[in-house]
Amino acid sequence: MSDAPKRTPLYDLHVELGGKMVDFAGWEMPVQFPLGIMGEHKHCREKAALFDVSHMGQVILRGENVGGKLESICPQAYASLKEGKARYGFFTNSDGGIMDDLIVSNAGDHFFVVVNASMRHQDIPHMAAHLEGVEVTEIFDRALVAVQGPKAEDVVGALCPAVRELTFMETTLAQIEGFECRISRLGYTGEDGYEISIPEDGALKVARAFLAHDDCEAAGLGARDSLRLEAGLCLYGNDIDQTTSPIEASLAWAIQKRRKEEGGFPGAERVQRELAEGADKKLVGIKPEGRAPARQGVEIQSAAGNTIGQITSGGFGPTVGGPVAMGYVSKGHGTAGEKINLIIRGKAQPAEIVSLPFVQQNYKR
Amino acid sequence: MSTYYSEEHEWVLVEGDTATFGITKHAADQLGEIVFVEQKEVGDSFEKGDEIGVIESVKAASEIYAPVDGEVVEVNGDLEDSPANLNESPEGDAWIYKIKLSDAGQLEDLMDLDGYKAFIS
Repeated sequence: MSDAPKRTPLYDLHVELGGKMVDFAGWEMPVQFPLGIMGEHKHCREKAALFDVSHMGQVILRGENVGGKLESICPQAYASLKEGKARYGFFTNSDGGIMDDLIVSNAGDHFFVVVNASMRHQDIPHMAAHLEGVEVTEIFDRALVAVQGPKAEDVVGALCPAVRELTFMETTLAQIEGFECRISRLGYTGEDGYEISIPEDGALKVARAFLAHDDCEAAGLGARDSLRLEAGLCLYGNDIDQTTSPIEASLAWAIQKRRKEEGGFPGAERVQRELAEGADKKLVGIKPEGRAPARQGVEIQSAAGNTIGQITSGGFGPTVGGPVAMGYVSKGHGTAGEKINLIIRGKAQPAEIVSLPFVQQNYKR
Repeated sequence: MSTYYSEEHEWVLVEGDTATFGITKHAADQLGEIVFVEQKEVGDSFEKGDEIGVIESVKAASEIYAPVDGEVVEVNGDLEDSPANLNESPEGDAWIYKIKLSDAGQLEDLMDLDGYKAFIS
């Protein structure tokens, strides 16, 4: 295995557009373009932005009852996932921790799964080992891009009218610029938009066609992170990991009722216990009162001065116009409106626990 | 009146035994969009190499290190409400401190403009 970072099919386009390239999870990716993180972020909230997310793992699962078999490693109700629908989920381990989060789509004759770039190496063998009779194929010859923002429907719809009919968490196959693409109406910004899997030889042509639209600008990983943080969406490795349970991570909404009741997934005992009795800690939104960003690792103290947790994601929210953060607080804390202190460079900075998300989600229901 | 530059991408404009201190345009460009500046207070003294502030951009937090020994005699309070000025005018209006130099001899360890230009090229 080479240590050199890998390049996506859109690498040349990033360089041409002036992208500042960084190594991210073994991939050479643009962290920002000349518009800047703040400008790209706002463009996405106001119009539309194009993100290259080809570093993420795309996987095809073929076989009998794939959805049912996925239920043995995920707490989601994938057996009942209808054709043309996508659903957020995660793999849990036997301790009820989250191994990775993912999106599973029922594509009719197969299931299509997208996992995190940093966890591909774990997830593919994990599925291959546990999904008996299922053919697990990692896709290496397709790009993945996201077009996100209130104008995303216009940007993608101008080239492919069929996408206008999709609603949030629906997926379809359609031609864009002569290439067969898998288009799903979802994303990681809190805005309406699409993620589009494109054959690699068509990726440049399709991406350029999106960018040719007046309302669409290229955006990098920096804006992707601030957008998802304002939207209250977890980042694997920061906000969730092998030790945090879905209940601690305030992801109970992503476990369907039947699975909560029946269990039958790794770590179900812990998940069901925490559902009934509450978890030892929980992930909450945090709004610092001052201007200082509170970043990952910052200690959270109660108003009384006791340590009650830690920030897991934090930074400046361009749409909020100030610092925003997420972090875990221990049981007995975490009610919206609770005053807390964040210990930033040794000084206590006042903050408040708030409901997530920081900005209203604008999904097309 | 002359300007000195540090390898930490700071400038020191010396007028007698006081100096104006800030970060260079090159540093501001590298940091990206600046959203917060933490400054010391008037009267705080420091030695060369001490951390004398923090600049937070949308990307990350970066410490400011003192290029010389000295004492803060004035703080640019505008940066508290308008940290983005540091991107606009880092070598002008958006200076960070006025300082009193303790040891003018330390300036000899710093670079002149030509030296700094060569350093960042």
